[in-house]
Amino acid sequence: MNGQSSRELILGRVRRALRDVPATEQPAGHPVPRDYAEKHGERSHDATVGLLAENLADYRALVHRTDAPGLPALLARLLRERGARRVAVPAGLPAGWLAGADAEFLLDSPDLTARVLDSVDSVITGCALAIAETGTVVLDAGPDQGSRRLTLVPDHHICVVRTGDQVVDSVPQAVRRLSPARPLTWISGPSATSDIELERVEGVHGPRTLEVVLVTGDPREVTGDSREP
Amino acid sequence: MRVGLFVTCVNDTLYPRTGRAVVTLLERLGVRVDFPAEQSCCGQPLFNTGYRHRTEPLLRRYAAAFSDHDYIVTPSGSCAAMVRDNYPRIAAKAAAEGRGGAVPEAVTEAAARTYELTEFLVDVLGVTDVGARYPHTVTYHPTCHGLRVLGLGDRPRRLLEHVEGLELRELPGAEECCGFGGTFAVKNPAVSAAMGADKARAVTATGARTLCTVDNSCLMHLGGILAREGSPVRPVHIAEILAGAEDDPEPPHGTARGGGAR
Amino acid sequence: MTGTYLGMPSFPRAAEASTRDARLRANLRRATGTIRAKRDRAVAELDDWERLRAAGAAVKDRTLRHLDHYLVQLEESVTRAGGTVHWAADAAEANRIVTGLVLATGEREVVKVKSMATQETGLNGALAAAGIRAYETDLAELIVQLGDDLPSHILVPAIHRNRSEIRDIFRSRMADWGLPAPEGLTDSPADLAEAARLHLREKFLRAKVAVSGANFAVAETGTLVVVESEGNGRMCLTLPETLISVVGIEKVVPTWRDLEIFLQLLPRSSTAERMNPYTSMWAGTTDGDGPRAFHLVLLDNGRTDTLADTTGRRALRCIRCSACLNVCPVYERAGGHAYGSPYPGPIGAVLTPQLRGLASPLEESLPFASSLCGACFEACPVAIDIPEILVHLRERVAEGGPVTIRGTRTVIRPAKRHGAERAVMAAAGWALDHPRALRRGQRLLARTRGLHPRRLPGPGRAWSDTRDLPDVPPESFRDWWARTRGGTGRAGGTS
Repeated sequence: MNGQSSRELILGRVRRALRDVPATEQPAGHPVPRDYAEKHGERSHDATVGLLAENLADYRALVHRTDAPGLPALLARLLRERGARRVAVPAGLPAGWLAGADAEFLLDSPDLTARVLDSVDSVITGCALAIAETGTVVLDAGPDQGSRRLTLVPDHHICVVRTGDQVVDSVPQAVRRLSPARPLTWISGPSATSDIELERVEGVHGPRTLEVVLVTGDPREVTGDSREP
Repeated sequence: MRVGLFVTCVNDTLYPRTGRAVVTLLERLGVRVDFPAEQSCCGQPLFNTGYRHRTEPLLRRYAAAFSDHDYIVTPSGSCAAMVRDNYPRIAAKAAAEGRGGAVPEAVTEAAARTYELTEFLVDVLGVTDVGARYPHTVTYHPTCHGLRVLGLGDRPRRLLEHVEGLELRELPGAEECCGFGGTFAVKNPAVSAAMGADKARAVTATGARTLCTVDNSCLMHLGGILAREGSPVRPVHIAEILAGAEDDPEPPHGTARGGGAR
Repeated sequence: MTGTYLGMPSFPRAAEASTRDARLRANLRRATGTIRAKRDRAVAELDDWERLRAAGAAVKDRTLRHLDHYLVQLEESVTRAGGTVHWAADAAEANRIVTGLVLATGEREVVKVKSMATQETGLNGALAAAGIRAYETDLAELIVQLGDDLPSHILVPAIHRNRSEIRDIFRSRMADWGLPAPEGLTDSPADLAEAARLHLREKFLRAKVAVSGANFAVAETGTLVVVESEGNGRMCLTLPETLISVVGIEKVVPTWRDLEIFLQLLPRSSTAERMNPYTSMWAGTTDGDGPRAFHLVLLDNGRTDTLADTTGRRALRCIRCSACLNVCPVYERAGGHAYGSPYPGPIGAVLTPQLRGLASPLEESLPFASSLCGACFEACPVAIDIPEILVHLRERVAEGGPVTIRGTRTVIRPAKRHGAERAVMAAAGWALDHPRALRRGQRLLARTRGLHPRRLPGPGRAWSDTRDLPDVPPESFRDWWARTRGGTGRAGGTS
């Protein structure tokens, strides 16, 4: 294989193709107008959280709200209603969140392979942030989110969003907060397809049920001895 | 105000009624119209088929014929679009390829003085009620170049809405192309005919007796399909409706209110 | 295996057959009609759409004007993040590289995420020739693969199939490729999606090698972005041990921040959603998460030739959203296969003749596959003036001119089959520049008006087969003007 020479061949073709570009023009010298909106509309933070809930629901995510002390009981109820017996969780998920639940918890690790995950009923994670305008939660494989396969193979994903500091309005705000050094997964509703007659149908390969829990207060402090209100 | 009529080759040869209607209409509105006989075709059929170089003499001819008019008015959305959108580009390319001289500025400057008829009426003369009467049901098809290149917007509709006795019928899917496309109709006849048949069906379904556009080329295509299908709908250029067209020998026709045509 | 596009008839012939296919027309009308209305709503939600569009176009133009710089930067970033970068000058080289990488793993099957670049290179055929089975995992690509069919749309390659056709394909063909279709499979889209989920599950779980494309590659950070809906992309990008991404060199964007523009433009233009269900972003490899080996294959295959043309270059802004297909009245009636390439519709009509050159009557016919109505330009999220490029390429066909072929600048002659047309156009150009001659012609036409046939012979039949000819009036406008205004030229009417 002549990888090196193809590299030079292609770069040479590119340079010859661009002979109309002045040699003095720097890449950043070609102007990019960035007068597009930082976000769309003015809202209070509560209204932004409301918009997030609305847009998540519009794409068939199930949305729940609670305060931090109510989180363990809510998670326990969601798992119970789902009939989930085996539940995968990232290693950094606050232990208090799972206090009320009656299920077998499997911690994310290299041993938790895709095949094992295929026999898991549910997965519970936190997130990096959520975007109100698009109804999106973004995972960055942080300690409370785990590896990417964790939230992919099980058919039921419960994602916890802290409304106080994790909800942004817009895509530009999200991009500014996220780190390109981490693998990112942007999730907007359960898996779906438009491949049959361009009609959207939910539920193909990813989790077919996405539940998003919007929690007020700081759930990182939760000890697990509270009740769902 | 010196106003030159750019009648277009299609109207000159096949639809002189439309040109006469523009003269009638503009004179009724107090505009003196000039018709420089040196004018010819805008070159659109050549240009859109890939013969850009062949259009260059026509650009020069256009700029010379209309060199001393304040406004150049044309009853064709696509010819106005050709002049306004493409003439400056063609002139610039000619100059870049060493065939320009002083012509590019003259062409670009003439292009900027060029108005499609409804633009001229609404934007320059500032009228939407031109004193016409046309007691018929009409559906309006916004032609592509008028809609997307010139951005005529609702100007034609506002003019039609002020015509006495005219009942405007909404055309479903109005913004979809009729399928004419100049030489497209000949190079891709099957698709062109399929698009035209769908448009003709939508037109007929409105129940209107008249199909109106700002372009006779689209009307030639749609009219040809409607006639072949035996449809009762008649294609009429907007100028003829706005003129009242009392000298129109073919029914249905309108008449000007107040008899102020001449 | 999917078929090939070689030896396709020219566009008008293929399109004529499509216009007679009532089922195809109904499928396309239904699907494009659905998405058009949805896209209008999705775009209307953003009051800065035109500004986003201008920014998207400008970022792409910046990238293209300095593509060498950004490609080298991308290579450095990906390498630093643990990936390996390969360069492929053409389709054959890309296929050789990928085949070699797969064989080196010892595996004989790969899972694939929908990728336009590998459709373009015919990778599946090359893998099959090397004894490697490629499983398409995108639902529409699966439908195409099971049906021995060709894609006909960028976003929804099986758009030409309706639900009952898809059910029939699943029932008859799934067993040949793995898990058979469930008993009693209905044609409800939900059931069909479920059947695809079951059929592909085992393949995802055992896959060791995946092949993908990418929507964007960020030079600054080495980030690759795959935008998808079903989760098959995530499966392929994260479960296997080896990931090979084949990406056209024009997919690079300069900075991380640039994604904020395209992640707003693309979903709303493509599936008409505020955001697509899943977007994956990664740079190189990550310990304990995802593939252990990542290969990026940068593909030229005609892109640098396209880049060399300052007008045609703008087609390389394309982000493959397919909005132009969905609004195109010609695409709706001709269908995607008539365009003879993985890139159908208006963008295909400008890309294919540039990527492949004017190699055959098909490529020569594509620039004419448009009524120039401009709906594509209006819908394009990166403001590609497709009609302008179409006319530019028509000129290349009709008059010849300078082009670049595999990196070498040359001047091509006018297309052979356009000789008669060229003579007619030359005569018309002369007559139109000589109004006296034109006037004689008009008068001749008027005098003989009683003799004109209703239907024309020869090439004129293309018009008169379906349309009546207009009546020729007894007097042209200019004769009327001369008669009634007492003269020719300025004398009449000028004060």
